[in-house]
Amino acid sequence: MPEAMGFYTDTTICIGCKACEVACKNWNQLPAEDGGIRELSGDSYDNTRKLDGLHWRHVKFIEQFDGPYNGRWLMMSDVCKHCVQAGCLEVCPTGAIIRTEFDTVVIQSDVCNGCRACIAACPFGVIDMNPAAGTAQKCTLCYDRMQVGLEPACAKACPTDSIQFGPIAELRQRANKRLVQLKAQGEKRARLYGDDPNGPLGGLNSFYLLVDEPEVYGLPKDPKLPSRSLKQSGTFAAASGAVLGLLALVGLRKRRMDEIGEGAGGPGSQN
Amino acid sequence: MGSNMAECHPVAFRWPVKAKLNGAKLIHVDPRFTRTSALADLHVPIRAGSDITFLGGLINYVINSRRWNTDPFFREYVVNYTNAATVINDDFKDTEDLDGVFSGLVQFTEPQFWAYNGFLGRYDNATWQYKRGPKAPGAATKDLIARRAGPPFDDFVRSLKPGPAEKDPTLKNPRCAFQLLKKHFSRYTPEMVEQVCGSPKEKFVRVAEMLLENSGRERTSAFAYAVAWTQHTYGVQMISCCALLQLLLGNFGRPGGGIMALRGHAAIQGSTDVPTLYHSIHGYMNAPSALRPHETLRDYMAVEATPTGYWGNFPKFMVSYLKSMYGDAATAENDFGYDWHPKILGDHSHMAMFAAMAEGKVKGAVIVGQNPATSLNGGATRRALRQLDWLVVKDNWLTETATHWYLAPEVKSGEFKSADIHTEVFFFPTTQIAEYDGSFTNTQRMLQWHSFAVKAPGDCRTDSWFYHNLAKRMKKAYASSTLPRDQGWKNVTWDFDPDAGEAPLYPGEISARKVLREINGYVTGHPEQQLPGFAALKDDGSTTCASWIYCGCFPAWDQNLTARREPDPPGVPGAHLKWGWAWPANRRVMYNRASADLRGNPWSERKRWIWWDPTFVNPPDPKTGIAPPRGKWVGYDVPDFGATKAPDAKPKPDGIGLDALSGTDAFIMKGDGRGWLYAPSGLVDGPFPTHYEPHESPVQNPLYKQQTSPVHKVWSAGKAWNTLATVADPRFPHVITTYRLTEHYLAGAMSRWLPWLAELQPELFIEIGKALAEEKGIRNTDWVIISTPRARVRAKALVTDRIGVMQVAGKRIHHVGMPWHWGWAGLSVGDVVNDLTAWVGDPNVSIHEGKAFVCNVEKA
Repeated sequence: MPEAMGFYTDTTICIGCKACEVACKNWNQLPAEDGGIRELSGDSYDNTRKLDGLHWRHVKFIEQFDGPYNGRWLMMSDVCKHCVQAGCLEVCPTGAIIRTEFDTVVIQSDVCNGCRACIAACPFGVIDMNPAAGTAQKCTLCYDRMQVGLEPACAKACPTDSIQFGPIAELRQRANKRLVQLKAQGEKRARLYGDDPNGPLGGLNSFYLLVDEPEVYGLPKDPKLPSRSLKQSGTFAAASGAVLGLLALVGLRKRRMDEIGEGAGGPGSQN
Repeated sequence: MGSNMAECHPVAFRWPVKAKLNGAKLIHVDPRFTRTSALADLHVPIRAGSDITFLGGLINYVINSRRWNTDPFFREYVVNYTNAATVINDDFKDTEDLDGVFSGLVQFTEPQFWAYNGFLGRYDNATWQYKRGPKAPGAATKDLIARRAGPPFDDFVRSLKPGPAEKDPTLKNPRCAFQLLKKHFSRYTPEMVEQVCGSPKEKFVRVAEMLLENSGRERTSAFAYAVAWTQHTYGVQMISCCALLQLLLGNFGRPGGGIMALRGHAAIQGSTDVPTLYHSIHGYMNAPSALRPHETLRDYMAVEATPTGYWGNFPKFMVSYLKSMYGDAATAENDFGYDWHPKILGDHSHMAMFAAMAEGKVKGAVIVGQNPATSLNGGATRRALRQLDWLVVKDNWLTETATHWYLAPEVKSGEFKSADIHTEVFFFPTTQIAEYDGSFTNTQRMLQWHSFAVKAPGDCRTDSWFYHNLAKRMKKAYASSTLPRDQGWKNVTWDFDPDAGEAPLYPGEISARKVLREINGYVTGHPEQQLPGFAALKDDGSTTCASWIYCGCFPAWDQNLTARREPDPPGVPGAHLKWGWAWPANRRVMYNRASADLRGNPWSERKRWIWWDPTFVNPPDPKTGIAPPRGKWVGYDVPDFGATKAPDAKPKPDGIGLDALSGTDAFIMKGDGRGWLYAPSGLVDGPFPTHYEPHESPVQNPLYKQQTSPVHKVWSAGKAWNTLATVADPRFPHVITTYRLTEHYLAGAMSRWLPWLAELQPELFIEIGKALAEEKGIRNTDWVIISTPRARVRAKALVTDRIGVMQVAGKRIHHVGMPWHWGWAGLSVGDVVNDLTAWVGDPNVSIHEGKAFVCNVEKA
């Protein structure tokens, strides 16, 4: 069984070059929105603004200044978190969203019926419709590249290794070492986000090193699964949808595992 | 400083980031808080154009610091490896004596035959020279010229040797370079830095302390600069000022030291090595010029060759170059075809040519790999283009230059009508870099071969195809001419068609390998016998080599060393000698003799690079059978020194070239083997860097009475298309700088047409501080008008604290900045920012002052 794979993003060495955004679009053949013709957003150097069906990578720019030249400029390349407990996967009624053998979360376009349930279920606002395909889309962690032993396009293109790809266990060690270094250098606000397997959503297979509160980066402090809210609201239809989705997922995963000859005990059983 | 490395060289910036993770400190001194500043440990704001004051302040701080005066390392390095001890001519007068100018300032008069040199003034550098004893007796150069002495040219070179320079190793002589330097920079105090640069004094002092702390035996500091240090009327002096500081700190010739020139384009280093520049020929030899005494080959060599140091081999480089130009026709009798070689008339750089073009003096232009309709004083440039009879544009797209005659703003507005523009315009679709074979030379002087990845679409042709076939047609056209002036074309060798068995990439395409083989050089008449390195070059025509500095990159017919991709394994010092090939002779750190002390031992274990191994047994010379005495320079890199020249070797009294230097003269390309703190020659605007204001400045020069460089260049002075602001012009109160973004490239032909890049930075903007925005009632993304005496440009405002207000010379100055990638063609369009810039430039290299000028900003 392959190890759980994912991203560790060290935002302190992100230079905001957006090579990840372009490499992602290049590899995944995602078109620019409106042919690339758009207006200046005025939001620092961020003109793509958000993750959606056409932008599976997105670099955020946060200007924290207190007067001219006095402050810092935070940059962070954002992407799907590949949650260990994934809300999107939980709600998908068709089973289009699967957990792969690498413990990543992938939407299969050919199974997606465009119902948009996953869009609302994602606590990070990662997923949106790809207008060209008419389906919900997001980062696949370059599932196709991983299957042949290549790292994802964004990590490959990142010139400073702000985006690092590898086995999650190894990335966590690396991240903790860097955290200790930053704290020793006096960066008291340094913290890891999503690295804790006992934390929210069972940990994120794309986790981050931040130097401020998660909200500063537009990340929820305490991301939750949609099913948590479902228990309180008791909406039967949605709940049954979720259950159906899960059942479909199990079936699909089984089929997938059989195909690649890995047997039934796939990484999903870790959950 | 002078660079926004994270944004403009993001791939190279990988290494500063790695260094940072290893504990290195990054400092960014810049008018803007950029993506580079975001990664730096310290950002220091500075007014654009005031860098010499900042660097001069560092020099003054360093040489008066306790650490510099008590750590013996600095003294040993400076006394022995620089010209600090050399005594300067008694007649030399410094800017301290003449309130901002040096001795020797004279008027410049434009010659009749080419009136586009632009100089405001000229220095006669006779008084700047070293104080020298009498010349050794021997043949007089002018007699040798008359007698047509050589080859061999050894006696000729020996006749050029000057008398010995006077030195004072105690550095006490008030006329020695160090004492002159100390006095010159004494007024560059931290207070003065704050006043001139607008940089807070505490931050400046922190930079000085960090540099001092991180220089010495155990540590080295490096500077990286880019075009923000070149695009000034004193840009070369900014770089020279940094070199001076690095020499004083002992940061040259050592790993982790030096100055990195981050280039403006991917292969710009290559285009100066094998130049597309007008003023030099291959390997940094000056182009023969009508303005200099260059009548014959010997006249030319008499003024261009430096008899001592490695340039003493100049005749070998030049004759081998002429052999590559004219082949068999180049003989000793006809001075190897020197008379056929074109001579320049003066300044034929970009602005000089466009100034001439604007006056109808240029009939046709071939524009390849650039987009001048959006460059330097764009309005004037387009005016010049409209005077042409014919224009060839070769590019990937119909750029602004290809479409100026029907889409330029002045044509759209009706000021000029397409029907009245009589230029015949030709457009050639061109290939992209991944569509052909060739090499890049990067900032590290490293050649890296690249193979084509995909075939070009449609009828696109390479640039080499274009020039190759043009040259073949030209040769045919001149074939039957008997005119003396056409003999160059008749005799020039042009053999770049692929050999039998090598299929051309495209029909009619050259063999790129064949070009590199000729650049490397071979035994004359035997192209299959490639030369192993420039030590094999001869001055008698028996070797053929286009560019001596590249000699050795292709040492055998099938050995293209530039194609190597073998990194050193992890854990070793990492010279990576088998990755590509770096000139000269595959050295990775130049002047690396300075990485060892006088006796040849490494300055420290930590900074070990090359060193003298006295026990090394040298093999016998294959020709003489005699083995040199024991001892050799060894280490991680190729030594930039005589391989078996002992540290205690004395100069030979009648020696030329390296024989004239001692075993401690580390800077072998300099005539005296020393790093120059004081430059007696080579720079037209002074032996020491001096702060001048940009041509357009909001303040009087706080340091001297002299406002601007007295010899800088202004083209089309007084013409309506190059009007200039006055000093502290109330109409244009703000300082503006122009720059690039990561998301776009240069004038945009490689980025504004690509949807993936266009969406990342879709529109032109101006970055302005919050205080200015408030004063003018400008909100974020409002349209604003930016004006200079040349143009008015419309852009959206990006209001930010990453740029802002500064206190300069007692005045409150708003600093603004604009990226200049845009034009009217492509997907992402916008006004041409370069329309704002002026035709003023640096006197050494003729680059424009695009990094510091003045403007006004109003809400649209």
